[in-house]
Order: sequence, then structure tokens, then C-alpha cells
Amino acid sequence: MKCVIRSIAPVGNYLHMVLDAPEVDEVAPGHFAAVSVGGIGGGMLLRRAFSIHKSTPGESIEIIFAPHGQGTQWLATQTAGDVIDIIAPLGKPFVLPRKPISCVIVAGGYGAAPMELLARELRSRGCRVDVVLGAATQEKLFGVLDLKGVADSVTVTTDDGTSGVRGRVTDVLPELIQKNNSQAVYACGPMPMLQAVAKVAQDNGAFSQCAVEESMACGIGVCMTCVLPIVGDDGVTRMARSCVDGPVFRGDRVRWDDVHTVPSDAFGAPRLGGH
Amino acid sequence: MAVDLTASLGSLQLSAPTLTASGCAAAGKELAQFGDVSTLGAVVTKSIMMAPRSGRATPRMAETPSGMLNSIGLQGPGIESFLENDLAWLRANNVTTIVSIAGNNVDEFGELARILAKVDGVDGLEVNISCPNVESRGQVFACNPISAAQVIETVRSVWHSDAPVLAKLSPDVTDIVEIAHSVVEAGVDGVSMINTLLGMVIDVDQMKPMLGGRTGGLSGPAIRPVAVRAIYQVHAALPHLPILGMGGIRTGHDALEFIAAGASAVSIGTVVFGDPGAPWRIANELGQELQSRGYNSLSEVVGLAHQN
Ligand SMILES: Cc1cc2nc3c(=O)[nH]c(=O)nc-3n(C[C@H](O)[C@H](O)[C@H](O)COP(=O)(O)OP(=O)(O)OC[C@H]3O[C@@H](n4cnc5c(N)ncnc54)[C@H](O)[C@@H]3O)c2cc1C
Ligand SMILES: Cc1cc2nc3c(=O)[nH]c(=O)nc-3n(C[C@H](O)[C@H](O)[C@H](O)COP(=O)(O)O)c2cc1C
Ligand code: FES
Repeated sequence: MKCVIRSIAPVGNYLHMVLDAPEVDEVAPGHFAAVSVGGIGGGMLLRRAFSIHKSTPGESIEIIFAPHGQGTQWLATQTAGDVIDIIAPLGKPFVLPRKPISCVIVAGGYGAAPMELLARELRSRGCRVDVVLGAATQEKLFGVLDLKGVADSVTVTTDDGTSGVRGRVTDVLPELIQKNNSQAVYACGPMPMLQAVAKVAQDNGAFSQCAVEESMACGIGVCMTCVLPIVGDDGVTRMARSCVDGPVFRGDRVRWDDVHTVPSDAFGAPRLGGH
Repeated sequence: MAVDLTASLGSLQLSAPTLTASGCAAAGKELAQFGDVSTLGAVVTKSIMMAPRSGRATPRMAETPSGMLNSIGLQGPGIESFLENDLAWLRANNVTTIVSIAGNNVDEFGELARILAKVDGVDGLEVNISCPNVESRGQVFACNPISAAQVIETVRSVWHSDAPVLAKLSPDVTDIVEIAHSVVEAGVDGVSMINTLLGMVIDVDQMKPMLGGRTGGLSGPAIRPVAVRAIYQVHAALPHLPILGMGGIRTGHDALEFIAAGASAVSIGTVVFGDPGAPWRIANELGQELQSRGYNSLSEVVGLAHQN
């Protein structure tokens, strides 16, 4: 759908874009938007995926993005009043607890984009919400102030110590889980971070929900580009599509060590002597 | 007066001129949120194999100028699950369905055709011979006139149905007309062309090919002139052979080029990834392109570029 850009403004190393989106209804935390880049008839055919940061049903949605490659750099040159094409909401969002349990939200860099929405949802269910935000350096942190306004606590870590605790999110996570008796960990960020977070959660007896980031061509489930090895309820590993079966997966169901490969015991994996 | 956009591929009548391209619309279901799939010319399914197949390692795609490379590796659920789930959905929704099949060897193609010949809801068969022959050191069937013909003969021998059998041709050959002749002699009712062109992108930071499968198939508008040329050549040599055209079609104007070159209908592939409504949009645009040029029907334009 065509959306008029209401505003675009820098936040640290990122850009915050607000779009008129009268056709987008309810958005759940973890949903993403697929944005066309390069203009009509341009050379970039594929959409870019961004977590939905905020939304007002029937009015607007917001995204946070890092100018990175060709498409996101083009997006960064757009200004208020320009029209872009989006498809939203897409994907399976975070699964929310039915009971008012204690939760931790962990995010790396722009992985914090969907987390304010998530924190509000969790709080409205009576959950305790502790947040850990990490980044390489201060400018790459996102959402610290906003999350402080919603969460019970916010802990910041940076690799270079320019803000908060010097180190990784996983350096502070175990203690936080233990102290607050957290039962669920929600995470979004780079894949190595998610892998480490899922392990810490498991080691400390907590469930984890991880929003993964895999390269996507279509975002709607038709191309089979975005797959990763996921263990199903039946114990069988399948190459699941992160755009429609995810992007949120249970942390204990992702074969983290085997991401980017096809494990030999996966459903339909090549057998010795060919398929 | 509205332009008559009905099309035909041999004995198969299509209510609309645009189809989905194999591998670019799964088995249709996911597109249903963007349009009424039963109003498409047909859904051409992702190539199905006998056994479930995991596909290749990721990354499986790289965006390239006006196109993309993919190395999906024919990920799919296998024929049994396909019949139970995908074909059942297509039938329940009255979707005209062309099933694309792929095999590791000649016999597997035959086995798939034998199974599909017995079920309802298969309106056509697209034989994806652009895949490697495990028994011939991985040489692609479509690159060798003899193995291409062997596949088609085997399929034909078990296909006792009026539904047309189309051979999907690869452009990665010295002479595509030679391959077309050989599949026609083997008994196809038409050809689909073109499949992707083999390509590679290198990640110079990691100094290695970017795709998990190293090489990948190039698709999208970048390959469109290659497709138009290939269709033009085959139509010139075999003017009565129905051709399903594909390769980078993005607009009705593009589609009209394919029809004028000799295609009877067109499949929309890569462009669907960025614009899931494209198969419907392009059909509308094609109608307008024809109307504005004073044509009354699509069929009168098939191959028209050969007259001048
Ligand atoms: C579910 C999901 C949510 C995301 N949320 C955000 C977000 O909130 N903010 C943000 O800045 N980024 C987010 N990303 C990453 C963002 O999609 C990529 O940074 C972006 O697609 C890169 O495009 P480019 O034009 O800069 O790079 P290019 O290299 O030009 O991209 C080429 C192609 O590869 C794909 N691609 C490349 N890198 C990635 C990647 N890391 N992830 C997915 N696709 C990729 C692009 O979609 C495009 O099709 C998210 C990714 C996913 C999958
Ligand atoms: C991601 C992807 C998967 C594909 N899978 C198949 C397939 O399973 N079988 C097949 O015959 N062609 C497959 N193709 C080729 C397309 O059907 C089509 O022939 C080709 O991409 C050219 O058309 P396009 O440029 O419109 O995409 C695939 C193409 C893409 C991009
Ligand atoms: S991106 Fe195409 S199936 Fe997920």
C-alpha cells in the first residue's frame, strides 16, 4: 500500500520514520513491514524488512532503520511528503504470556525497535518487565529513554563502555533473571546475540522468544529464501521460513549452531549419494 | 469494447493471460491475501520432487541490478504432501493449476508424471528439465538435447491426459532452438521459457561466493531481453508450438513484448516478490496496452513481431 511519509528524523545512528498508514490495523509486537526501495521502475526489486516500532491502528506506523546498503541508503534520502510502498503487518509476532509473569526484554542495536510496544503489552498484562539494551557503542543504542518510561528497570551495556556497563547483554542477563525470577526472555538483535541470549535463558530455566533476522526476498512466504533450521513439536528439524513461520521463534527451537547450513538430520536433507 | 484476454496453451484454455512462475508463488495459497488466485491464468507450482527436500544452505539470494540470484535448491515437501495439502487447496479454490515437476534422474520424472496423471485438478504439467541429472555428473537435462528428450519421452509415455505437457527450457545453452526441436520430437505440447541464467556474486569482504550454493540462478528484468530473444528464436523455428513466456516481466508493456515475440501467455516470477499483486496488475495493464493499440484480442498479437 502507498504511504505518505509524515516525518523522518535521526535518532543516534538510526532514522525514525513515521508513515501514514490508514490501511494498517492492529499491529502486534514482532510484526514487521516490508518496504519497497528505489522508486517505481528502479533497479532494486526486493523489499526491505523492518520491525514495526509503533503503530496507531488505522492511522500510522513507525519504523527505525539503519542506513546500511543501497536500499536503506535510498530510504534515508526520502523526506516528509514522499510516498513509499509498504506491506504490513507481516510475520508471526511475539507470543505473550497469559499470566502476569516476570519477563526480561533483551535487544541489540535497532533490535530495540519493537520492544517498547512489547513492554507495554507485557505491562498491560501485569507482567514485570526488565530490559537489557546493548550495542557496540552509545550511538547505536536505541530506545533507552522510551523503555525507561515503561519498564521496571533498564540496564544498558556497550562493547566500548561509552554508555552503561562495558560488555555484552549476556554479561548482565543471568543475574537479572535470577534476581527477578524471570520466566520469559524476549529478544531481538543480531543472530550471535540471540544465540547467546537463548542459551542464558535456557541455562536459567526461562523460556525465550527470539525475533531472528534472515535475509528475505519476498517476506510473504513464496520464495524459500529466508529459511533456518527449526525443531518442530515432533522433534523433527525443518528449514522453516522466517518470514511467515517467524520471525519470532522459541529460542530453544532454533538450531543456532546450524543456522546458514542444512543439518544432515533435517527433513529432506541430502542423504549420502545424493538426494 | 473490452479486449479479449483469454489465452491458450495447447488444449488448455486460460481465462487470463498471466500465470505465476514456478518457484515464485509457492503453491498459490500465500498470494490469496493479495488477490483472487482463481482469476489468474493459472498457478504454476514450485517444482515438486518425489521426496521431501530441504534445499541448499543460506544465504540463498543476492539482489543484483534489476534482478536477483537464487540458490534455493528446490526446497519442497515431496509429492505426497503436495497432493494432500497444496493440490487440495488449489482444487478447493478452483485454481487452474499447472504442476511443475523436477527429478534427479529420468525415472523420477516418469514416476511423478505417473502419480499426477491419476489425480484430479492437474490442468497442465510443466517439466522442469533445468535441474541437474544426478546420474550424469550433475549435467542439467535441459542443456543436452538427448537427456532433455529422454525426460519428455518418459513423461509422455505415462501421461494419458489431455492436459498439456510443457518443457521448461534453460537459456544457458548454445542453441535453444535445437533443444526446443528435440523436446517437440519427444512429444511436448508446448515449452515454458526461460528459466534462470547461472550466475555468481562474490562477497569481497569475506572473499568467497555470497550464496550458500555458490552459484545461483539470475532472474528479474535483468534477463528480460534474453527471454524475448529466446522466445523469438523458438517461435520463428516452430511457429505452431505454444510458448509460455517468462523472464523479468514487470509491466503489461513487458508482457506485450513477450506475446509479440511468440508467447501465448506469460508467467510472472521475481517481480511478485516486490509486488505480490503483480500477476493481476500486469493482466490489466496488458489489456490497456492492447486496447490503446487498437487490438481486439490477445491471441491476434501472438508472434506479431515476426511479420515486420
Ligand atoms: C524481520 C526483520 C526485521 C528487521 N528489522 C529491522 C529494523 O527494525 N531496523 C533495521 O535497520 N533493520 C532491520 N532489519 C534488517 C534490514 O532488513 C536490512 O538491514 C536491510 O534489508 C538491508 O537492506 P540494504 O538495502 O541496506 O542492503 P542490501 O545489501 O542492498 O540488501 C539487499 C537485499 O538483501 C536483503 N538483506 C540484506 N541484509 C539483510 C538483513 N540483515 N536482514 C534481512 N534482509 C537483508 C534486503 O532485504 C535486500 O533484499 C530487519 C530484518 C528482518 C528480516
Ligand atoms: C526464488 C526462485 C525460485 C525458482 N524456482 C523454480 C522452480 O522451482 N522451478 C522452475 O522451473 N523455475 C524456478 N524458478 C525460475 C522461474 O520460474 C522463472 O523461470 C525465472 O525466474 C525467470 O522469470 P522471472 O525473471 O520473472 O523470475 C525460480 C526463480 C526464482 C527467482
Ligand atoms: S522471504 Fe520469501 S519465503 Fe520468506
